[in-house]
Parts: sequence; structure tokens; C-alpha cells
Amino acid sequence: MTPMWYIVLATVLFSIGAVGVLIRRNAIVLFMCIELMLNAANLALVTFSRINGTLDGQIMAFFAMVVAAAEVVIGLAIIMLIFRTRRSASVDDANLLKY
Amino acid sequence: MKYLSILTIAPLVGALVVAVMPRSKPTLAKQVALLWSLGVLGVAIASWFAFNAGDGGLQLRESYTWIPAWDAKFTFAADGIALVMLGLIALLVPIVILASWHDAEGSRRSVPAYFALLLALEGTMIGVFAAADILLFYLFFEVMLVPMYFLIGSFGKDVLPKQRQYAAVKFFLYSLVGGLFMLAAVVGLWVVGGKTFDWEMLVNADMSTGAERWLFLGFFVAFAIKAPFFPFHTWLPDAGGAAPAGVAALLVGVMDKVGTFGILRYCLPLFPEASRYFAPLAIALSLVGIIYAALLAVGQNDLKRLVSYTSIAHFGFIGIGIFVFTLQAGSGAVFYMLNHGLATGLLFLVVGMFVYRRGSTLVTDFGGAGKLVPVLAGVFFFAGLASLALPGLAPFVSEFLVLIGVFKVNVTVAVIATVGIILAACYVLWMIQRTTQGTLNPVLSTVDGMRRDITGREVLVVAPLIALLLGLGFYPKPVLDVINPAVEKTLTHVNVVEAGK
Amino acid sequence: MLTSLWLLIAIPFVSGGLLLLLGRRADRWGHWLGVLAPAVSFVLGLIAFVQLGGRSDKAVEQNLWSFIAVGDLKIDFGLLFDPLSGVFVLLITGVGSLIHLYAVGYMAHDERRRTFFGYFNIFVAAMLLLVLGNNYVMLYLGWEGVGLASYLLISFWFNRPSAATAGKKAFIMNRVGDAGFALAIFLLFKELGTVKYTGDGGVFESVGQLSQGTVLMVGILLLLGACGKSGQFPLQAWLPDAMEGPTPVSALIHAATMVTAGVYLIARSNPIFSANPTLQVIVVSVGAITLLIGCIIGAAKDDIKRVLAWSTVSQIGYMFLGVGLGGGAYALAIIHLLAHGFFKANMFLGAGSVMHGMQDQVDIRRFGGLSKHMKITWLTFMMGWLAIIGIPPLSGYFTKEPIIAAAFERGDWTSWLFGGAALLGAGLTAFYMTRLFVLTFHGPKRWTEGQHPHESPAIMWIPLVLLAIGSVVAGFLMKTSVVTWLNPVFEGVETAHHESVIPHSLINILGIAFTVIGAGLAWMLFQRGTALMPEPAGPVVTAARNNLYTDAFNEVVFEKPGRWLTRALVYVDNKGVDGLVNGLAALVGGGSGRLRRLQTGFVRSYALSMLAGGVLVLGALLAVRLG
Repeated sequence: MTPMWYIVLATVLFSIGAVGVLIRRNAIVLFMCIELMLNAANLALVTFSRINGTLDGQIMAFFAMVVAAAEVVIGLAIIMLIFRTRRSASVDDANLLKY
Repeated sequence: MKYLSILTIAPLVGALVVAVMPRSKPTLAKQVALLWSLGVLGVAIASWFAFNAGDGGLQLRESYTWIPAWDAKFTFAADGIALVMLGLIALLVPIVILASWHDAEGSRRSVPAYFALLLALEGTMIGVFAAADILLFYLFFEVMLVPMYFLIGSFGKDVLPKQRQYAAVKFFLYSLVGGLFMLAAVVGLWVVGGKTFDWEMLVNADMSTGAERWLFLGFFVAFAIKAPFFPFHTWLPDAGGAAPAGVAALLVGVMDKVGTFGILRYCLPLFPEASRYFAPLAIALSLVGIIYAALLAVGQNDLKRLVSYTSIAHFGFIGIGIFVFTLQAGSGAVFYMLNHGLATGLLFLVVGMFVYRRGSTLVTDFGGAGKLVPVLAGVFFFAGLASLALPGLAPFVSEFLVLIGVFKVNVTVAVIATVGIILAACYVLWMIQRTTQGTLNPVLSTVDGMRRDITGREVLVVAPLIALLLGLGFYPKPVLDVINPAVEKTLTHVNVVEAGK
Repeated sequence: MLTSLWLLIAIPFVSGGLLLLLGRRADRWGHWLGVLAPAVSFVLGLIAFVQLGGRSDKAVEQNLWSFIAVGDLKIDFGLLFDPLSGVFVLLITGVGSLIHLYAVGYMAHDERRRTFFGYFNIFVAAMLLLVLGNNYVMLYLGWEGVGLASYLLISFWFNRPSAATAGKKAFIMNRVGDAGFALAIFLLFKELGTVKYTGDGGVFESVGQLSQGTVLMVGILLLLGACGKSGQFPLQAWLPDAMEGPTPVSALIHAATMVTAGVYLIARSNPIFSANPTLQVIVVSVGAITLLIGCIIGAAKDDIKRVLAWSTVSQIGYMFLGVGLGGGAYALAIIHLLAHGFFKANMFLGAGSVMHGMQDQVDIRRFGGLSKHMKITWLTFMMGWLAIIGIPPLSGYFTKEPIIAAAFERGDWTSWLFGGAALLGAGLTAFYMTRLFVLTFHGPKRWTEGQHPHESPAIMWIPLVLLAIGSVVAGFLMKTSVVTWLNPVFEGVETAHHESVIPHSLINILGIAFTVIGAGLAWMLFQRGTALMPEPAGPVVTAARNNLYTDAFNEVVFEKPGRWLTRALVYVDNKGVDGLVNGLAALVGGGSGRLRRLQTGFVRSYALSMLAGGVLVLGALLAVRLG
């Protein structure tokens, strides 16, 4: 099996995530879509690492996972707070931070 | 002795010391600031004696590591031109501190902050003149704006609402825009000049004519805004009009000289070919400035704006003096920089004394004031005479040198500039007549402040300036001896100097 | 004394400085210090003068210190005492001391008398520097110094708007001349590399190297300076206005000394002016035009000091005529200058004495019959009057007649022109001076209410008597002695001698005849007084009353357009130049305001723009890679 298919899978996953971010309003779903994109990137990194025969990509993937985990913690907390105060998880309702 | 680094650092340390003083003890802050600046003056005088007047090159050199990767160093050195300007700063700052003794009290701002800012301004301005590393020069060139911005914006006076904020922002933005052009040129110079910021190495760098011209323009725009030359001058009347009198004296008397000093130190030696190429342009701008600003000065009704416009005319003289590349005109221009600092500084300070008494800067609010405050009016008249370069006062020597040097190579320019000396008489005397002479303005005699003639503190402020203007007017040799070799060396770079016979 | 010439200048300078700096502390004795300073200078000047007479080289130079030295420009602070500066030193300090003495009385009731003497002494110092300098820059230094003193003294009563304006006018018109003078100095330096008069290849020794065009240019520029200082056409308008100052000022500065500085300048520069005939014609023309203008306007004025002022303008016109004629006439102009210093100072002080007794009245239509009330003033003024109109054997006769005679010696048709003008001027001078004299001292009383004319105190009439004696005898004494004395200065001047177009004796007779006719006419017309108000008159008199419309010309051509230009430029600077800057700022500000609207707050639109950006970058990379 050629590594090409992993790349294709990563591309598909990334596209699904990107489209999800653009069309969904629910903050939780948005968040999951972002995670999907991150994981697509991780998959691509690992694949490239495999193709090149070095470990750099894998190390990057671990970094990305750790950062993603930290981000989830903060992100979910923010979403919880917004939901509590505004009774809505829609990102379109949270548009006060503008010009 | 490490004169130059001490001169730069000491006022900055002083600024910190004064800044942390409690607001409840304003007098202590003033006294410390005054003593500190007098100490700096002492160091400046010592450095004057340590300087070898016969040598036109950079002296008192010190160098410390800064950013080795870029070959940027804390290099300080001074030639005769810089030394004269350092002396002027060190002299003017204590005088200005003494003159603005009560200036900060009216505002809601902290009094120690005002004097701390003055000392910070002194340190950064000395840094500009003492730097011999182009990145360091650029750094001081920009940092210098910060204390000045706050001095104008926080301690200025509003004639129109929001005027000081407007003036401060305009001053800052204008200078910053010029500074950015210069930054680009500094980076460009580093690239084409052999990856160093060291002035002495860059002077000998070879570069193509095209690159030289572009880099010249980058520096020149910054300096022309700072000086200011026509048509980049409109920030000065606003800033000069809004700033407290003492700050305006420093702004016009010293800080603007960075522009002409920069042209002499950086544009001419680093880009000789471009300097020759652009000289007609610079001379034309200067000439327009002389006539245009003089006519505008006649038409002003605000004393401080009026004095600012006269300065623009004077900078025109300095400009033509620099760019005709003769020894007389060059030395005259440098001497003019010093004399203008003394004369216009005095004029601003005296105007400040009038404004403090009357509570207004408008010419029409005065009239016949000589009846009430004869001595102060006399000092005002003296300052006016210095401004119109009356023979016997120092500005005459410099104006004479500039004009005679210009006449040697370009008669037309000299003739047009000579018209400027007639206009100078017009604006000065018209100002004197409308404020101190003529029928006594009835309102004026009801103002309490106008009952008090010059005070002892004010005598201390004006006396050294008057003495210097008179002394150098009859015996300018000590200063000319320091300036001449440096100017000669600068002009050697442009390859047009004629040797003294 | 010849080794310490600087004392001559330093004494009045230090005294003036002290008077100004000491303030009220010196109020009680300040005026005496003020009188003492020029008197001491006079004594020292006299000693120096006598010592110079005993020397064979007739010129002493002293370089005090190096004033300006940059490259090949070397100017020393140097002094030169030679016969020409010698006679000027004596005139300035001698007549000056007398006028100082007079001023002690005249200014007795002025609370700023000490300041007045301070300025007066500074003037004497500057004037001495002017005549004692050994190069053109020193001359220029003194030149502007006396201009400053003149300004300060004209506007001495600065709370009078007219005085303040007159002072400013004087200074600015002088500056116009000074600018010309300065350019002359620049030109000399450019061409010759020096500004020194003589010695070390000085200007006078190397005039010969200059082209005729350059000489002409230098001369015209110097003449412009001289015209400004001496109130000659076309820069004459400030001098009559200068009468706003106290009368001793008018006597010393605007009659006896400062206004003659122009004559000094030309006489000093005689090698330059003699080197170009065209130049001489120009100087002579300026002199001839001015002397006629002065006479005509003087005859129409009713203010005693202004008549004298226009008379000064006219008499200096004679001096310009003299120095312009060149050759032997240089010395004639100088002796006329000295004699004029005596009789004009005498008459100005006399006028001051009249004003003193008449509550500062200056209108001659309001005088009349004063000869009975102020005998000394009347007699001394009479001496001045007879001297100026040139009645033998008073001084004017010996100094003015030779100039008229010299004007007839040019050898071509211009002799008739300039000689005629000078002769006509003599007649007119007699007319207006007689008018002044008769209307003031004779005829019926036309005083305003409550006048009690009285003689002035002794401190005022003693100088009057001394000056009157000078007016009587000076001309005869100087006729040959001073001319010989001045020989060393003017000996280099070649005299192309022409025969006079009419015999000397005839000129002499004509001169006296014109004078007698003019004086007689005025006496007949005005012995019965005059109308108290200006009467309607023909165009010539109206024009003369309006200073021949020169003031109006200045206003229309310079002042009004100048004001208009200034106003227009202020507008242009605010709206145009500054408007451009502010417009740019507004443009950037407005643009940013629009751009800000992109920040909507919707997270998903940010995400979309990020995606678009990412795609764009990727696309660009691919395009570069593949293309």
C-alpha cells in the first residue's frame, strides 16, 4: 500500500473539517471540526515522516496533539462560560468583539 | 574620561531620579533637576577643553559592544560640529529648567514628571549628536520624540481646544514618517555599505550612483522634516505654538538642529555624489523657505507661531549654507546653528515670560507693553535684534559668513537670500511695535502679571544668553576655531573644498 | 594716543552700556556720565589728531583682534586713523558733546533721561566705529549700529504710535540700503578676496584689477547703502519722519553725523568711485535730484523740524554732488559736511529751544515775533540761517559755492545740468530757510492760547552759542586748511581738469544773486505772517506738501501688495501646504475607518477569509512551482 492513500485520507478529513467550520453554527461542532482538521494535519505529518524516513514529522505530531489538548481545555471552558451567560452555543450570537 | 557616554547617560539617570520623586515635593524635584543639568553642563565644558580644536575628525571616541551580529556598537564620538551642538544643549537645558520653574504648576500633571522629561530629552538629544554608529543615531533620533511628545501633549497650552494634542500627534507622526524613510535608508546603507553601522567604515564604502541617490533621499527627507525645510514645515508652527515656552526653545533651538546636523554628518560624507546632485533642489527649497516663512511670520497674530516661522526662515539660511559647499558658507551654517539656538531660544523664553504674565499668546492682546515692563521689553527687543542678525551680535557673523560663502559661487542665490535680511527686519520690528510699542492697550494695564517687570530668576535665565550673543558677536574666534576644521573635513568628502590660503 | 585708538570707541560704549544696565541706580548722575563720555573721547580724539599731524605717513592702523577668519576670508577687528577719519572723529565727538550737553537741559523733565543718554552714547560709539574701521566689515558694523541707535532714539517716545512707526520705517528703509551695502562687500570679497581698505593688497590698491562692469556694480551697491543711510533719493522718505524723535536726536543723528555717513562711505571709497565715470554720473545725479527734491518739499512744509529735515536731505544732496564730481570736489564735500554739521545742529537745537519755550509747538504758522522773547535763540538761529543760505563770510558760502563751481567744471553739457541744479537749489534753499526764519522769529504773533515763550536755560543756550560761532567761522577756517589736510586721502585721485563752462567769478555772483533773490522773495511774502490753515494751492505745492507722492508710491507699490501677499500666503500655508498634510492624514484615517468594517465579529467569516488566504498562498506556491 502506497503512503499516497494516507495523504488522500488526510485531505478528505481536512476538507470535511474545514467545511464543517464554515457551515455549522454550534460552537461544540465547530470545535470538533477544528479537531478533525488538526488530526488531518497530524496524519499528514506522520505520513510524510514515513515517506522521508525521518522522525521529525512524528515529533511534530506529538507537539500538535499536546497543544490541541491544551487548547481543548481552554476552548471548552470558554464555550461553557458563553453558554452559561448567553444561553446559546451559536458562534454567530457571540459577535460582540468587532470594530 | 569617557565624556560623551557620561554626557548621554547622566541626564537619563537624572530623569529617572527626578521621575521617582513624590509629587508632593515639586520644589525638590526642580532643584535636583537644575543641579543635575548644571552638572551635565560642567561635563560638557570639560569635554570642550579635552577636545583638540585643530583636528577636524571624530574625537573623544568610545565604543562598546551592542549587537555583534549586525556590527552595531555603542560608538560615541564628536567632531567640532557635534561638540558645538553638545555645548548648546548642555547650556540651554539648565536655562530652560530655570525658565519654566512655574510652567508645570498650572497643569494637572505631575511637576517632577515635567522636569524628568526635560532631562530625558537632554539625554536623548545629546545621544543623537554624540552617536557615531548609524543604528545608534537612528535609535536616539526616534527615542528623542517620546519625551518631546509628552512635553507638548501633556504640558502644552491650548489656545484652541485640543490644540496641544493635535500639535503633539502631528509632530510625532511627521517625525516618525521621516524616521521611517531614514530607517529604510539605514538598512539599505547596511546592505550596500559592507554590513556595518560604523560611521567611519561607511564613509569609505563604495556604492553605485543609483543606490547613493536613493539612500541620500531617505536620509534627506527625514532631516528636511526635522529641520524643517519648506514644504515640510507645517508641523513646527503648531508644535512651537502649543508647547510651553521652554520646551519650544529646546524644540526649535536644539532638536531641529538634528536635521541640519544630520545632513552635515550623514548626507554629505556618506553620499557625496548624491549631495552634489541634489544640491540645487535643497538650495531651492531653502531659498523658498527664507522668503516664504519670513512673509508668513509678518502675517502671524500668535507670538509663538510667529517665532516658529522666523525659525523656518533661519533654517533656510542654514540650508543654503550647507549646500553651496564653500568653507565660509559651511562654517557660517554651523555657527548659525549655534547662534540660532541662542537667539531663538532667548526669543522663545522671553515670549514665554510675556505670555506667562498676560495669559495670552496673541499679539493683539498686547500693545504698548514697554510702558509697564520696560526691562522685559528691552530684553525682548534684544532677542529680536539677535533674530534679525544685527551686527555686533553672534547671528550676524554666521549670516554674513553664509551669505559671503554663497555669493562666491552663486550670486543669484545670495541676492535672493539677502532680501531675506530685509524681511527679517520687517517681521521683528513689526512684532516689537505691535507688542511693546504704541498706545498702551487699556486691558493690559488691568492684568496683574503685567505690573511686575523682570524677576531675579528671569534675569538669570536671559543673562547668559545675552552675554554669549554679545561676546560671540564681537569675538567669535573660539567657536569658529572648533567649527572650521570639522567643516573643512566634511567638505573634503564632497571633494569641493578649497584650501585656506 | 595713536596706539590706543580703541579707547575712542570703548569709552562711550562702556558708558552707554553702564547707563542701560545700571537702571534706576544711575538716574541721578547718569546724564553727566553721558556727557562726559563723548567729551573725553573728544579730548582723546584731539590729541590723536594733533599727533597724526606730526607724522609723515598720515595714517595709523591697528588690528585689535581677528574678528572672522574662515578659509581665505580674514577680517580683523581693525581701526584706521587717517585725516578723513580724524576730522569725522572731531565732528562726532565735538558737536556730539555739545548736543549731549544741550540734551541735559532739553530732556530734564523726561523720566527716561538716563536711558536716552545710554542710547546716545551707544550711538556715538557706533558712529566712531563706522569712521574708524579699517575695512568694510567694520564700517558695516558701525553702519548698522548707528541704524539701531537711530531706531531706538526715533521711537524713544515709543508709546506714540507715530514715533514707533517712524522708527520702524527708518530701520527698514535703512536695511534696504544695508542689503545693497552687504552685497557690495560680498562682491568685493569674491573679486578681490579682501575687504580691507589698504595694505596687503587691499581693495583700494587692487581696484585696477576689476573690470569696469564690476566697479560699476560695486559702486551702485555702495551707493544704495549710502542713499539709505543719508536719506537720498530714492530712499529719502524715512528721514523727515525721523523727526518724531527728541530734538537733540534730530540734531546729532539726523543732521550732523549719522546721515552724513553715506558721504563718508563714498569719500572713503573714492578709489572705487573715481575708477568709473558712469558711476560718478550716477552719484552726481542722485545728489542733484535729491537736493532739488529736498528744497521743493522743504518750501511747502509747516513743521519746523520737518523743514529742517528736508533741508538736511537737500544739503546732503550737495555733498553727494560733491563726492560724485570726484577729484578736488571730494574735499569740498567733506568741508561742506563739517560746516553743515555745525549750522544744522545749531538750527535744530535752536528749533528745540523754540519748542521748549512754546510748549512743544512745532507748527511755524503758530510762531511769529519770537525774536523779542528769545534773543539768544534768535541770534544763534540767525547765524545758522545766514550760514546755510551762503551769505559771505559765513561758513556756507565757503563750502557750498565751491561745490556749485565744481559742478560747472565737468567740461560737457552735463555741467549746465548739474551746475544749474546746484544753483537753483541755492536759490530755493534761501527761499525756504528765510520763510522758516521769518515765520518763526518775525512778523505778527500767531500763537495758540496760553503761550508764554521764554528763553531756554543756560545749559541749552551755551551749546547754541558755541555752535553759532562754529557756523560763522568754520567755513573760512576750513576753506584751505582742511582741504590740504585731507590731501593724503584723496591724493591718489586723478583729476581730469576741465575748464569751467562759465567763469568762476560769474558763478560766484550768480550764486549770491540767486540767494538774495530767494531770501528776498521769502521775506516779502512772509514778513506779514501766513494763514493758519493750509490754503488751496496749485499742483506743485500740493505735491510738495505730500512729499512729492513718494510715500504714496511706497505704499501702493510695496506696502499694500506686501500686506496682500502676506495674507494670501498665510491662507495658502494653512489651507494649501498644511491642508495637504492634514488631507493626507484624513485620507488615511478615513480609509482605516472603512477597512475596520471588515471586522464583523462573526467567527465563521474570519475562518472563511483564513481559508481563502490559505488557498491563495497554496495556489501561489503551486503556480511558482509548476510555472
